[in-house]
Amino acid sequence: MKIAVCVKNVPDATVHKKIDPQTKRLDRSGEGALNPTDLNAVEEAIRIREAQGGEVVLVSMGLPKAVDALRKALAMGADRAVLVSDEGAAGSDLVATSRVLAKALERETPDLVLFGQASSDGDGAVLWAAVADRLRRPVLSQVAELTIEGEAAKGKRQTEHGYDTISAPLPAIVAVSDAINEPRYPSLKGIMGAKSKPQETLSLTDLGLEGDAGEPGSRTTVLELGPPPSRGDSVKIEDDGSAAEKILAYVTERRLL
Amino acid sequence: MRFLVFLEHHEGQLEKGGLGVLSKAASLGDAEGVVLGAGAAEAAARAGAFGAAKVYACEDEALASPLPQPRIDALASLVEKTGAEAVLFGASVLAADVAAGLAARLEAGLNWDLVDLEVADGELVGKRPALSDTVLVDVGWSDSPRLALVRSGALDPAESGGSAEVETFEATFSEFSTLATLVDQTQEESSGPSIEDADVIVAGGRGLGSPEAFSLLEELAAALGGAVAATRAVVDAGWYPYATQVGQTGKTVAPKLYIACGISGAIQHKVGMQGSGTIVAINKDANAPIFDFCDLGIVGDLHQVVPKLTELVRARG
Repeated sequence: MKIAVCVKNVPDATVHKKIDPQTKRLDRSGEGALNPTDLNAVEEAIRIREAQGGEVVLVSMGLPKAVDALRKALAMGADRAVLVSDEGAAGSDLVATSRVLAKALERETPDLVLFGQASSDGDGAVLWAAVADRLRRPVLSQVAELTIEGEAAKGKRQTEHGYDTISAPLPAIVAVSDAINEPRYPSLKGIMGAKSKPQETLSLTDLGLEGDAGEPGSRTTVLELGPPPSRGDSVKIEDDGSAAEKILAYVTERRLL
Repeated sequence: MRFLVFLEHHEGQLEKGGLGVLSKAASLGDAEGVVLGAGAAEAAARAGAFGAAKVYACEDEALASPLPQPRIDALASLVEKTGAEAVLFGASVLAADVAAGLAARLEAGLNWDLVDLEVADGELVGKRPALSDTVLVDVGWSDSPRLALVRSGALDPAESGGSAEVETFEATFSEFSTLATLVDQTQEESSGPSIEDADVIVAGGRGLGSPEAFSLLEELAAALGGAVAATRAVVDAGWYPYATQVGQTGKTVAPKLYIACGISGAIQHKVGMQGSGTIVAINKDANAPIFDFCDLGIVGDLHQVVPKLTELVRARG
């Protein structure tokens, strides 16, 4: 079983995220980290390999420094990493990013492609369906329980109305929910070994996509940045026994009842 | 601008999310709708009241299950046929995958998590909160068709009383689109008004201390004629049904009044309820993040405050 896991380097949670007013893109100059919910996808891939054998390949697109984030996933137990890094890919939107990832995945011909639930920087939670359409393979998303039975992937997921169980023949694209597992911490041995694992960096030219990513390959634009609508003043009070009365007075005054 | 709005239906009813988007589209230009799956034609007729002049319906067997890929096929052919300049979706588990797959298929731009849309100088502009909603970004499209996924609960349906012409259409499906199959489905039911429809929501988090404490919230919600919602943490712990979960992996709600009880206000919950008209928070921890974005914050014990508030509301009659 060859499993590809699509992962992303995002600004570390401790970094104050900001948008560069010039490029109107996220400022990615600070400390990076592996996107938190991608850890669930990496964990799931390693578990499947541990049960069935095979290989776990990380596939990512980002700045050259994304190798640091990939190393964490390698330390967890992934076997090797492929990073598409090219200045011409900066500012790629969904159509452009999915085009690049699909091409990189085609080179690997995996049996299973895993995605995490959402990216913490762009709040994106849609990429897998675009990649699946380009690869012309079935997609299962928001999967909270995944079983690989022979030549099929079976996933259970929560929807607005309850639970659906969906089955699809391999190769398939599966986006897992962060409820699927508890990602392991890398062992010391894993951390030491990660540096010597194969890491390949590809350019857009290597993928035959020169000029097809970044702004020329994108179909969306960022026009303007502004402050969000203000909620107005807020009142905070310590309960001295009269809080219930105060709430009632507050909501009555605003005609909310 | 000519809009095509993807309308989902469940148990014969069109979903509120899609209808909110439809009402907005009708206010910006010519709006048409599309309903896919069993019972589509019957449900489609009701979209006229929300501003659709015409609604396309396809009831092909391939669309029977709530799976995205056959819908991408159907929409791709419909967009080609109608020449829609913008295709809009209200966010849901299904719609997000349909929108993204359609973007790849049509090489079209998709902007997501929008809270509003407007037309400025003849161009469509989306309003998108970013970076944990600290920035509001105006986003656009460089080409047609423009695809947009609107945050659930962001736009309210507005009944205009019109009627729609329903046109059924045939779709052909790619071989790979029908490989995934639904093998099992279980429905979750919760009593009382649904959290999407309620004007008042009383929500509970880990600070309740136990699943039994939800009864305090149910009593308050009943007195206020509202619904009870829950955070991811307590749903995961099995205290309350998933159908009531508000937040990133649950529903986005925008009631007139949101009373958050024992909820810390983690970002994943915040994104699901910050569109509420007025937010009242009750929490023991004075440093809880919820106090940064509520309108009225009570630092206190919800086990004291909530029953007392219920009593006062009841006494008020």
